[in-house]
Amino acid sequence: MGILIDGETRIIVQGMTGKAGTFYTQLAMDYAGGYVAGVTPGKGGTTHLGLPIFDTVTQAVGETGASASMVMAPAPVAASAMIEAIEAGIATIVCVTERVPVLDMIRVRDALNGSESALVGPNSQGVLIPQVRKIGVMSTADAMPGGIGIAARSASLTSEVVAQLSAAGLGQSATVGIGGDPVHGIGFAHCLALFRDDPATSAVVLIGELGGVEEEEAADFLAAEPYGKPVVALLVGRHAPEDRRMGHAGTVSVLGSGSIAQKSALLESAGARIAATPDDVVRVLAG
Amino acid sequence: MYLHEAQAKALLAQHGIAVPKGHVAQTAEQAHGHAAALGGACAVKALIHAGGRGLAGGVRFAQAPDEAAQYARAMLGKALVTSQTRRDGEVVREVYIEAALHFETALYLSLIIDQRQAVPVLLASAEGGMEFEEKAVAAPAMVQKYPFGVDGSHNPAALAAFLEMLGVSDSHGAAVRGVIEAMLRSFLSNDASMIEINPLALMADGSAVAVDAKIVLDGNALFRHPEFERLRDTARSDECEMVAQANEINFVRMDGDIGLVVNGAGLGLATHDMVIAAGGRPANFMDIRTMATAEQIATGIGLLLNDPGVRVLLVNVHGGGMTTCDRISDALALACAQRERAVPVVFRVAGQNAEEARAAVAGLPMPCEVAGSMTEAVALAMEGG
Repeated sequence: MGILIDGETRIIVQGMTGKAGTFYTQLAMDYAGGYVAGVTPGKGGTTHLGLPIFDTVTQAVGETGASASMVMAPAPVAASAMIEAIEAGIATIVCVTERVPVLDMIRVRDALNGSESALVGPNSQGVLIPQVRKIGVMSTADAMPGGIGIAARSASLTSEVVAQLSAAGLGQSATVGIGGDPVHGIGFAHCLALFRDDPATSAVVLIGELGGVEEEEAADFLAAEPYGKPVVALLVGRHAPEDRRMGHAGTVSVLGSGSIAQKSALLESAGARIAATPDDVVRVLAG
Repeated sequence: MYLHEAQAKALLAQHGIAVPKGHVAQTAEQAHGHAAALGGACAVKALIHAGGRGLAGGVRFAQAPDEAAQYARAMLGKALVTSQTRRDGEVVREVYIEAALHFETALYLSLIIDQRQAVPVLLASAEGGMEFEEKAVAAPAMVQKYPFGVDGSHNPAALAAFLEMLGVSDSHGAAVRGVIEAMLRSFLSNDASMIEINPLALMADGSAVAVDAKIVLDGNALFRHPEFERLRDTARSDECEMVAQANEINFVRMDGDIGLVVNGAGLGLATHDMVIAAGGRPANFMDIRTMATAEQIATGIGLLLNDPGVRVLLVNVHGGGMTTCDRISDALALACAQRERAVPVVFRVAGQNAEEARAAVAGLPMPCEVAGSMTEAVALAMEGG
């Protein structure tokens, strides 16, 4: 049932006591539960939203048996929070925090090497197993349990696709926001591997964007061996404004543009079906 | 945050990289004076926040101060359009007057973060120079990669072998290694996301000089670098974009007539794609961030109502978390109450509190059509709302 987390997963929140942390933790607790503690350095021994607060992740894990963490710590300390969770052996770390410096993220990736942790994010809407567990800030208004696995670079577009799938009677096994930052935790290829091995998942929808290397890595993964489940890719940014498209123009032109046309061609030749717009996903999935 | 050439070179010089002597001029008279101080022969370079200047006439070589002043006068106050600027270019407010350098060979060096490996990586080519990018796109194999450790660590002997393989002669090996190590130090200590030196001139005496340089700093790390705040050139930024940014909205101004009000980058890009695919022209790109309040969103909508070129507003919002759909209808009502001008609205919302929002917009003072799907909303906006 789903990937990364399940109905037994116990969850802590790093940065629960802030404004956004409080708001979104309450929503997630109300949706499906599983939350057992918060971690805020200096606030150990207090309680918040009815949960005990610990100074460190290691203490929280020791007291509660948590295996997942939602990181909502502010950007300047988000990397330290992620590394603390990795060192405490948390299996699934979901970082929602936006605007984490990229040099911090390469330190986090270094800490992940050789660890047992899977990092989702940062700048991620999180992981949702409909009606089972929610770690993140995504909309749950239209989510329903089912067989479609979704991995996405965009939160709002995931909500849109989830709503359209549910309206067509197609529930979701899990939705994963891999985050919008250039250096992040697990990517499309990792999600594809998890969805392939998940018996509850019958088909996968990838929601990609221009730039970066996620779609290229997904195409490499799909091309390597038969996937066995339908994969639909929705890629946006074909007509993105120049400012977004051009970023580091000179070096980008050397590295390859990461254009939608290029990504789309690679994924299609690797066996994925391409949905031109969000309104096409259900039809292409029915294929 | 993009540093222009003079700023980038000042930062690199701090880390020991040799750069030609140069001065910033804001007028042709200043350019004349700086050129005279350099002995007459000099380069006149438009200081803009984009590359591709050489091929676009933004770099000229003068033999005397009068000629330098003449080039400066021709550049200052005019928009320079290069392959890397927006279509309407960037207005040149300053020029850089720099000692002209004579060199036979030059390298291209660029330090960035490799997204797959999550380490700093050097991109290098023995064919640096003005037309490097065009050549590299045609023949990507001319660019070689050399990865470093997360903290910049590397094996000096392996780096020397890499440079030898690249074709850097023994006589310049030590100088080029010195430049690369200084680039690394500057990259890591300043939270850069790119440092590019092109060309790096290899001089007859064995030294290496950065003839042109670009630095992009990580905007997310500026909290660690208050010293860069003064380098931010707000005069060049679009006022609408800055107002939007201060209100939790990512906004890019464009020249079309369909004003887009959308939450989230992905939905924003999808909406943009659909409008353009239908033959429409967006007036903007908008991505309302999750923390934006109704008042902030109203400010964003106000930017579009203030733009006389906007003929219709296309609202496409998927509500969830803090951005519920009724927050958008509240924002629309606020924006209408604050503005004289009314434009037709195509209103398409889904997700949390969508019903409430649709009911609320029925009472707006401007014509508002409710659309069920994104496809329908785009079609209605094309018809004029």
